[in-house]
Amino acid sequence: MDAQALADFRAGARASAPVLLGVFPFGVVTGVAMVAGGIPPLEAILMSFIAFAGASQLAATQLLGAAAPVAVILVTAFFINLRFVMYSASMRTFLAGLPLRWRLGLGYILSDNAYALCITRYTQHPEDGNRHWYFLGAALPIWAAWQVATILGVVAGTSVPAAWKLDFAAPLAFIAMSVPLLRDRAMVAAALAAGITVVLAYALPMRLGLVLAAVAGILAGLLVETRTGKPA
Amino acid sequence: MSQATIWAAMLGMGLISLSLRSSFLLLPERVRMPALLRRALRFVPAAVLTAIYAPELMVQSGTIDFSIDNARLLAGLAAIAVAWRLRRTFLTILVGMLALHLFGAMIGR
Repeated sequence: MDAQALADFRAGARASAPVLLGVFPFGVVTGVAMVAGGIPPLEAILMSFIAFAGASQLAATQLLGAAAPVAVILVTAFFINLRFVMYSASMRTFLAGLPLRWRLGLGYILSDNAYALCITRYTQHPEDGNRHWYFLGAALPIWAAWQVATILGVVAGTSVPAAWKLDFAAPLAFIAMSVPLLRDRAMVAAALAAGITVVLAYALPMRLGLVLAAVAGILAGLLVETRTGKPA
Repeated sequence: MSQATIWAAMLGMGLISLSLRSSFLLLPERVRMPALLRRALRFVPAAVLTAIYAPELMVQSGTIDFSIDNARLLAGLAAIAVAWRLRRTFLTILVGMLALHLFGAMIGR
């Protein structure tokens, strides 16, 4: 690492500091909810390291609790993480020519917050030379804060009585993540269509209603967007 | 839930998560994202996240429950109101948990 790379890493790390305040409580809640939902502590911590995906971890917890088959859990994880395809597509022009180990490594630690920090920096500072070091500097503290917070949550969760109903923290976390996204009619339509479909299709076996709901939501969103003529 | 199911889910999730995150960082430069796919992807988080929590609020012990006795539905609506107005993650979860216990005590279950 040369001096410039170090400077870029530090700039990324500085930018990530305020974000950590939001990541930390969410990580703790995820850890607590996973244990409250019946995942053994060791597996909960391992899942956090292997998948590093808060929403998928919570969804998997709920689905495992509902005895859904692995295939449904994986399809759900696929849908939840599809947004990262969008992120990686919009970042790759800024990260062209990196060695494979960098691309895989940055892929692993990519998070919603890290993406937001990096894409802002890249568009405002097109002259940057070490974009991957900025990425690493921004994403690594977020990754580390997430892991520490999840472990704390898992440890705390094992000693919390069931009467506290902390399993309800999982649906609440999904509300906290999704409701702020509903900023235009098409987005509201997508959420409503998905919510209504999943409840109506609840009797379907293996929680297949979830997949059906995702498709219904996407179609509703596209339809309303086409009608109102305001593609984002 | 069995140990084998948890492990299969964990490893599969890791693989899916990593492939999607690195997808376009690994694909050759000439592979482009179709316009319709880009438009559709925008709706994925709102649709999927809503589909995950909706049954937790509206379905109680296997049946759809829209009644005023459903504390989880009422607490969820309170949390949705907070998230809508204030867009604060931790506050949303806190209000939702408090509301669940408050409504639960009022309804008496």
